[in-house]
Amino acid sequence: MLSVDVDKQLGGFRLRAAFETQSGATALFGPSGAGKTTIINMIAGLLTPDRGRIVIDGEPLFDGAGDTNLPAWKRRIGCVFQEGRLFPHMSVRHNLDYGRWMSGLSAEAESFAHVVDLLDIGHLLDRRPGKLSGGERQRVAVGRALLMRPRLLLLDEPLAALDAARKSEILPYLERLRDEGSVPIIYVSHDPAEVRRIAGRVVRLENGKVLAAGSVELLA
Amino acid sequence: MRGHERIAGKSVLNLTTQDWTAVLLSLRIATVATVFSLPFGIAIALLLARVRFWGKTLVEAIVYLPLVLPPVVTGYLLLITLGRHAPVGAFLADHFGVVFAFRWTGAVISCGVMAFPLMVRAIRLSIEAIDRRLEDAASTLGAGPWWNFLTITLPLALPGVIAGAMLAFARALGEFGATITFVSNIPGETQTISAAIYTLMQVPGGDAAALQLVIVAIIISLAALIASEWLARRATARLHGA
Repeated sequence: MLSVDVDKQLGGFRLRAAFETQSGATALFGPSGAGKTTIINMIAGLLTPDRGRIVIDGEPLFDGAGDTNLPAWKRRIGCVFQEGRLFPHMSVRHNLDYGRWMSGLSAEAESFAHVVDLLDIGHLLDRRPGKLSGGERQRVAVGRALLMRPRLLLLDEPLAALDAARKSEILPYLERLRDEGSVPIIYVSHDPAEVRRIAGRVVRLENGKVLAAGSVELLA
Repeated sequence: MRGHERIAGKSVLNLTTQDWTAVLLSLRIATVATVFSLPFGIAIALLLARVRFWGKTLVEAIVYLPLVLPPVVTGYLLLITLGRHAPVGAFLADHFGVVFAFRWTGAVISCGVMAFPLMVRAIRLSIEAIDRRLEDAASTLGAGPWWNFLTITLPLALPGVIAGAMLAFARALGEFGATITFVSNIPGETQTISAAIYTLMQVPGGDAAALQLVIVAIIISLAALIASEWLARRATARLHGA
């Protein structure tokens, strides 16, 4: 379970948001400029809130009052970014293994094979990211985040850079991932149709504030 | 006529032992200067590219100063700090037995100092061109600052590191003013190709022998240039997945 209560001033933009998520997939939904990515970056540890608390499963990642601020690399939160951000100088296989190496996890052929199979990226393993299509790149990015065995998966508009055909190509993989239920997901999007397919719960954001939080019916 | 015979003969190059000594010494000085300054060059480039700190402009100015100062001035400054009777030089000699003045190691220092700005500039530019979001991605995957640097920043900056090292090597190979001012022109100890060419040209009738060394200098420089182009292209190709 994740609990977020943060405050952040970025130039003229003020973010003041509090919400909680349970297991399963929760969407952060709102127009661009609502502060979705800002929140994601604060959960991941890439941006420090001015005030507040971020707690996951009872462990504080950030506590403005108690001076707790775990660096990103110690948080074990998997991220998939809009542009994939695969490492261009490594093969797909090495990209997938990177999180496991850096987190000092032992190799598990089974979980590797499972993720590769889940995302259908077995034929890409020896390629470089530069030779992948946009859809393939995002599937590898999801696999890379999963293989570090994160306690939470943040998907920040993972489909936004793709055309409609690519989107519908990837959505089934994300649904499979959600149905497995092995890791809680936070899914950022401004597209109601996408959100309805993926998420069970929604946090609606606008202008740096939470408008409402609840089931996907909110989007109706 | 003799000159013509020599060019038409089996060997275009006809170097004396002293010439070869100067060539090998130049290569040794340039190589050692490049290898030893590379870690510092990378560190300073990283500092200048990434960190904002008080006095940064001053650090930048000092690093780039040898680029704009007359080399003789740089050599003179080295002499009055690292010379045998200069404060730092005397300290190093008395406590560590390290002497730079009039030694080939002193030439390494002067060549390294003169080449340093070029090296830092090339590496800094390539670090500044790196998409920092890749480093963010690496840290969410568990890479701490050191691992992030070793596995992401450094490999992505590699073409610039290679270019910087090669530029520095070429600059060190051609260094003249600072070196001759700091460590003089001692055959077998501090006489580099440039100094040897200069010496030969001061001798009546030494032009032909000087030309021999000029040709060697051109060959070495061209080889360094071609090697660096090739390496940099390979490194770039690796980054983009060939």
